[in-house]
Amino acid sequence: MDSFAYGRAAGIEDALAEGSGPNTVFLAGGTELLNWLRLGIAKPERVIDLTQLNGLAEIMRLPDGGLRIGALARLNDVALNEDVARGYPVLSQAILKSASAQLRNLATIGGNPFQRTRCGYFRAEDDLPCNKRNPGSGCSALNGINDRHAIFGWSEACVATQPSDPAAALAALDAIFVAAHKGGERRIKAVDFHTLPGDTPHIENTIRHGELIVGIELPVPAPHSAYLKLRERESYEYAVVSAAVALDLEGERISRARIALGSVALKPWRLTEAERSLAGVSANDSAAIRKIIDGSFGEAKALTHNAYKITLAKNAAVRAVRLAAAASS
Amino acid sequence: MKLRSHLTITLRVNGLVRQEQVDARTTLLDLLREHLDLTGTKKGCNFGECGACTVHLNGRRVNGCLVLAASADGAEVTTIEGLAADGKLHPVQQAFIDLDAFQCGYCTPGQVMSAVALIREGHTRSAAEIREWMSGNLCRCSSYPQIVAAVEAAMDAKEG
Repeated sequence: MDSFAYGRAAGIEDALAEGSGPNTVFLAGGTELLNWLRLGIAKPERVIDLTQLNGLAEIMRLPDGGLRIGALARLNDVALNEDVARGYPVLSQAILKSASAQLRNLATIGGNPFQRTRCGYFRAEDDLPCNKRNPGSGCSALNGINDRHAIFGWSEACVATQPSDPAAALAALDAIFVAAHKGGERRIKAVDFHTLPGDTPHIENTIRHGELIVGIELPVPAPHSAYLKLRERESYEYAVVSAAVALDLEGERISRARIALGSVALKPWRLTEAERSLAGVSANDSAAIRKIIDGSFGEAKALTHNAYKITLAKNAAVRAVRLAAAASS
Repeated sequence: MKLRSHLTITLRVNGLVRQEQVDARTTLLDLLREHLDLTGTKKGCNFGECGACTVHLNGRRVNGCLVLAASADGAEVTTIEGLAADGKLHPVQQAFIDLDAFQCGYCTPGQVMSAVALIREGHTRSAAEIREWMSGNLCRCSSYPQIVAAVEAAMDAKEG
């Protein structure tokens, strides 16, 4: 780990003033940043510690019926919060299926979507070609070990996936990220937070240098929602694919469906075509649901070793719709 | 804001106030082991994957390798060395011995610290729930069934 200068932010203004300096990063939970520093993925000269900031970890109800979660709320505290667990089971479940109890006591909801891909070439201790690590060096996974990699939205430059479980849930919930900067705040839709690789896979999201996520806002509760995570081990493992689903139901009929797949692309992948077609369909009509989901994978494209993920993702989406419909309000 | 590559921190470890000069890069794990000679906390993967470095930070279990010592300034830290009181083992430590919940023992301090927190959190309503909430502590000798049994026995000992 290279040397850096460490400072502790006393307040948000203090953090924003210092955070816009050159080669500066924010430290929240630290569960990703410390590993990036060890691997040389990040080499900041200045680290601004946010962990002792007050007032950014609260979870409160909004007048419009939604919920605002402070960015520094720890993952376990978010998942176990009564309003989250009851109103947004998809988020609570996604968090509790992430990482381990210890990691969730450190990691924050605002920091979580900044986690980077688990691609073995990206995380390698040796210097391997990776356009994320060294732009222009090539993608080792494109024709290498890519069985866990993307089936949507990849490019020749990068075939990695975004592994965050909470990010998939937040995308399905149409959450809003509130980002602060020295001049004010802006609101970013969760689906617009991450960027696809294109020719610039080293750019991962739409947050600008010096900007800080201060809160996440959820719209009205989505009690008929669920998160399904498929992985090689029952606990403490990244997803091969996951599906976050939120349904509005009128009786047994789906009036609105929102489906975000996780670990299939460099961003949570909304199945917008299926969402439109599911409106009006009975939640018990499994044949119709299956047909609609299967038909919404037109853009899916397998790599050399991951065609199975297309089948798996379809099945995950179908099952998650069923789980969401069965979730009690 | 003052930015420093070296700083002085003060924290309470196992009830004792400790003041140390540290490089900003020092982790809480290295502070405990290298500065304070509290080598009960183990360094396994140093990537937050194995749980061997589990300690309590302000009462919550965390991976010591993923916390900067600088961030722990002013904190209350409990390590495996701080569990036994008045020469008597903590019920979880005793249960691990009674039920053979380890073989090589390297992961055990992390397992015990995790289990103590787990019981306090109350995520112990079934063996499955215990396994789920203990999954952040790997045991390469695979003493998992005995570890779950030890957690259950320690709960009984506390309630009995």
